[in-house]
Amino acid sequence: MHGLTPILSTVAASFLASFVEVVEAFTIVLAVGVTRSWRPALTGAALALALLAALVLAFGPLLALVPITVLQFVVGVLLILFGMRWLRKAILRGVGVIALHDEDAAFSKETAALQQQANDRRADYLAGLAAFKAVLLEGVEVVFIVIAVGAAHAQTFYASLGALAAFILVTIIGLAVHRPLARVPENALKFAVGLMLTSFGIFWTGEGLGADWPGADLALLAIFAVIAVASFAIVRWLRDPKATQGAAR
Amino acid sequence: MKVLRLILRELVGMFIDDGSLATLALLLIVAITAAVKLLALPPLAGGVLLLLGCLVILLYSVRRATRRRSGQ
Repeated sequence: MHGLTPILSTVAASFLASFVEVVEAFTIVLAVGVTRSWRPALTGAALALALLAALVLAFGPLLALVPITVLQFVVGVLLILFGMRWLRKAILRGVGVIALHDEDAAFSKETAALQQQANDRRADYLAGLAAFKAVLLEGVEVVFIVIAVGAAHAQTFYASLGALAAFILVTIIGLAVHRPLARVPENALKFAVGLMLTSFGIFWTGEGLGADWPGADLALLAIFAVIAVASFAIVRWLRDPKATQGAAR
Repeated sequence: MKVLRLILRELVGMFIDDGSLATLALLLIVAITAAVKLLALPPLAGGVLLLLGCLVILLYSVRRATRRRSGQ
């Protein structure tokens, strides 16, 4: 599986998913930097990145010991769970059942919390801890995404490039605008990522079961198209007031 | 230990948000795997069933969430 289709889909899935996670982490680090100072913000972020790198170096080589079909199946199942969770949330946000994620609101909440701690003797430590936690938790998701979309077909390098590009792009835009990236169409991105990860999950779980997909790698695009059409149809249906009334009955 | 617990909680939360979505998806995968391995269902048919099953589960899950909200 080293054609252009899998490489592009791997890079795109990794880039878009990582972009969403990095934007969320950036909001908290920015809040710490602006409210307290950049020293705890950058120290916390750097320590979290170092811990993530250590975890990848410690556990990454173990993946090579797992037989490829087992790896495809396990990663596929995890991607189905992860992707469908994103897709479900994106659909529910799209039809207004749950609120859209608001980076400005997240920034204000974090800023308010940090201001409350301003007189605390440990204010710098607590601010650094907030940045550390944000980068660590969002970073864990990025690491999973890179491993999941890359490992099952030895494309971790391309997946890492996608994640690195997202990190660099968010950092550049963030430093330029110096405010939360609230105008990023986060739900649209999450919708696309949910579609991609669920497609990867179904494709690899099928391969793990021994399925010889027609069209080989191109089947991934067909699966993506089917899930996308179905998901947009669900959104349209749920936006129809009659459907909602019917559902409420 | 606190950091490890934090990471573990995040890892679990990555896959399980709505419990019924995760449970149904896992049941579907177990049933299809059993059908392929034990009942000689062709793997490709298993893959197609997996795709269709995931869509049905997604529809059920979002419809349930919408109904719950409408019922409030």
